[in-house]
Amino acid sequence: MEPALVLLITCFFTASIYLLLSKQVIRMLLGIALISNGVNLLIFTAGRLTHEVPPIIPPGALTPAVATANPLPQALILTAIVISFSFFAFLLVLSYRAFQELGTDNTPEMRVAEPVDQPPPPGGY
Amino acid sequence: MNTVIFRTIAPYFTSLMVLFSIFVLLRGHSEPGGGFIGGLIAASAFAIYGIACGVHPVRRALFFHPMAISAFGLTLAAASGLPSIAERVPYLTGLWVFPTIGGVELALSTPLVFDIGVYLVVVGAITSIALALEEREQL
Amino acid sequence: MAISVSTGVDISRAMVETPLTAADWLIIAPVAFPILAGAILLMLRKRVAVQAAAANATLALLLVLTAALLAHVAGAGPQTMTMGRWLPPFGISFSVDLTGALLAAAAAAVAFACGLYATLDVDASRLRYGFFPFLLMMMAGVNGAFLTGDVFNLYVWFEVMLIASFGLIVLGSERQQLDGAIKYAFLNFVATTLFLIATGYVYGAFGTLNMADITRQMAAPPPGAPVATIATLYLVAFAMKAAAFPLNFWLPASYHTPRIVVSALFAGLLTKVGVYALLRVMVMIFAEQRGLLADWIALMAAATMLVGVFGALAQTDIRRLLGFLVVSGIGSMLAGIALASNLGLTGTIVYAVHSMVVMAALYLAAGIVGRRAGTFDLRGLGGHYAASPWFAGGFLLLAFSVAGLPPLSGFWPKLMLVKGAIAGGLSWLAAAILVTGLLTTLAIIRVWGFAFWRGGAEGIRDGAENWKLPPLAGGPAWSAYVSFGALVALSVMIGLSPEPLARYALDAAIGLSAPDAYVGSVFGGAR
Repeated sequence: MEPALVLLITCFFTASIYLLLSKQVIRMLLGIALISNGVNLLIFTAGRLTHEVPPIIPPGALTPAVATANPLPQALILTAIVISFSFFAFLLVLSYRAFQELGTDNTPEMRVAEPVDQPPPPGGY
Repeated sequence: MNTVIFRTIAPYFTSLMVLFSIFVLLRGHSEPGGGFIGGLIAASAFAIYGIACGVHPVRRALFFHPMAISAFGLTLAAASGLPSIAERVPYLTGLWVFPTIGGVELALSTPLVFDIGVYLVVVGAITSIALALEEREQL
Repeated sequence: MAISVSTGVDISRAMVETPLTAADWLIIAPVAFPILAGAILLMLRKRVAVQAAAANATLALLLVLTAALLAHVAGAGPQTMTMGRWLPPFGISFSVDLTGALLAAAAAAVAFACGLYATLDVDASRLRYGFFPFLLMMMAGVNGAFLTGDVFNLYVWFEVMLIASFGLIVLGSERQQLDGAIKYAFLNFVATTLFLIATGYVYGAFGTLNMADITRQMAAPPPGAPVATIATLYLVAFAMKAAAFPLNFWLPASYHTPRIVVSALFAGLLTKVGVYALLRVMVMIFAEQRGLLADWIALMAAATMLVGVFGALAQTDIRRLLGFLVVSGIGSMLAGIALASNLGLTGTIVYAVHSMVVMAALYLAAGIVGRRAGTFDLRGLGGHYAASPWFAGGFLLLAFSVAGLPPLSGFWPKLMLVKGAIAGGLSWLAAAILVTGLLTTLAIIRVWGFAFWRGGAEGIRDGAENWKLPPLAGGPAWSAYVSFGALVALSVMIGLSPEPLARYALDAAIGLSAPDAYVGSVFGGAR
């Protein structure tokens, strides 16, 4: 099972790096969505794949009766999902606002903060 | 999206979903469920209400600004660790009380307070994002 | 459904049994307290009148708390509190050693000064948008990163800090800010993603995320663990957060766009968190792999210093010039990490504290200059010396400090780094530090010469009668001068008596390169 997931993660990373290297902000956003999912899969795989039951302790007991799946990678992934989701939501709104204000979604054309034709600093007075 | 059928059932649907979200929140301590997933359910309920009846009725129904709800949840979650000071145990330790109210024993704990905090944070944050996006659509 | 505890499971093996003392709460207070205060202020964000006062009181208390924590850790060694009573490595630990406590205290001092300055710089609409709640959340993230003992938790605090900083950088949504924020947000996202990938590998390889536990296991790493890969990924991720060459381009593209007080906070705090993470992960945990990468880190350090300072020489906008100087300072700190001798690490830690104070103060000074003159362009500035000689004198002190001239705070860490580089056989690195110092002097003295010393803007004859700068308007002017003056005084104080700071930093450096006490504080045993 692991090799298949590793291949899948590779596909995710390849596609997302390709998209992140694009000039269009919207493609970079898609790349961000993909790479976060790729990382989540990576953590999932790194936490070992097992065919166990969910880690829920039955009522009245203090320890699970049978071997259960490792809950920690799931907790890590949940945290990572929450964070990447809020990140993505912020980036989406930011990109939309930037597109409205700057009139472009092409990153090389976004030169408001760093104007192209800046003169050299004064040499003396 | 603004059909009569949808607008008619949306309030009932929303209240059902909010009720269900509270059920999911409360069963979360020892069974699947909890504040995060409950909060997501409640937030999608408000989003549906917003789609059906517009953003303004949702804001009026919520009464508080979604960000204020979120901030209150964060306060609750952070404060749920404070009773640990009195018990001289580390921050965020689960502390339990079992009061009997009307013949029913209740299991109340600081994790429950924390979970309610998480619920409110998620409801507030997601609702405010969803409402902002829906508002933009209507412009 | 009361849970009976008599099922034959020995709780004491899984739970922390020793009762806590009041001093233990200092470990978590610098994180929990700003979150609580920030959340309450977020609820009250429509009450603009109380925001500044409440937030500044919070920041003052935060300074007291972190100072008390520093004193406690300096006296009693590294301290650990594990959340929820679960014994480490199962519970999430907060482990404070001198490095973390020292940087947290310095960060709180800088944040307090910036909070004071914000009463002038941040207007009512931005307050309503939530400037102070974001600031407090960012402080929670910064302190959390400095104090946590769990590598995944470090990632979470990085994100808390980052999301709060997003709120701060777009505050006001001007065109420039949106442009800068896009670059800032995307590149920082990539850096944190690399961080998360490395952390996933750490969990896969070690089965734990507790930094002390990983350090312990690194004595004999699990067979087949891709330790060098993990270390390299961490290096790239944190170098990107710290804005080291060749991953520094997001910083000069964005740091000049927000309100000046936000720039000052970012320049003071955020990149140093990246440096701290490098210290913690590369020096303490992956010490051997750092040795393998040392040549690369040294090259990176020299390139960062020089690229930063050449960039600064080419700028006309003061804020952008300062952005490049921040990058240049990161290079000096990396030099100490490349050396990793006690002297080098001490230099890095002292430099981090110095850079927090001085870069924030320089940005605040730029804010005062720009607010009075209405421009940040060197060509349009002048006459600030004539207008307020005390302020100009303070700026000159800062200029000497950032250039590394004695007897100011920038001199001592550079001395340590140069000595350490020569002792470590890297004289070219020492030469790079010295050349950078010279070029920094040129860059910053040019600001002094143009903005302060000359009589007026370009084209105005020296001593022209009609050239007058308006006084500081838009809020309480004293708050700007007091916060600026406090940071200058701190820099001068560190410069004149560096002994206490250097002693703390040396102990911190020893604690990083021989982390027995740190590991002991988490798992019990040797203190």
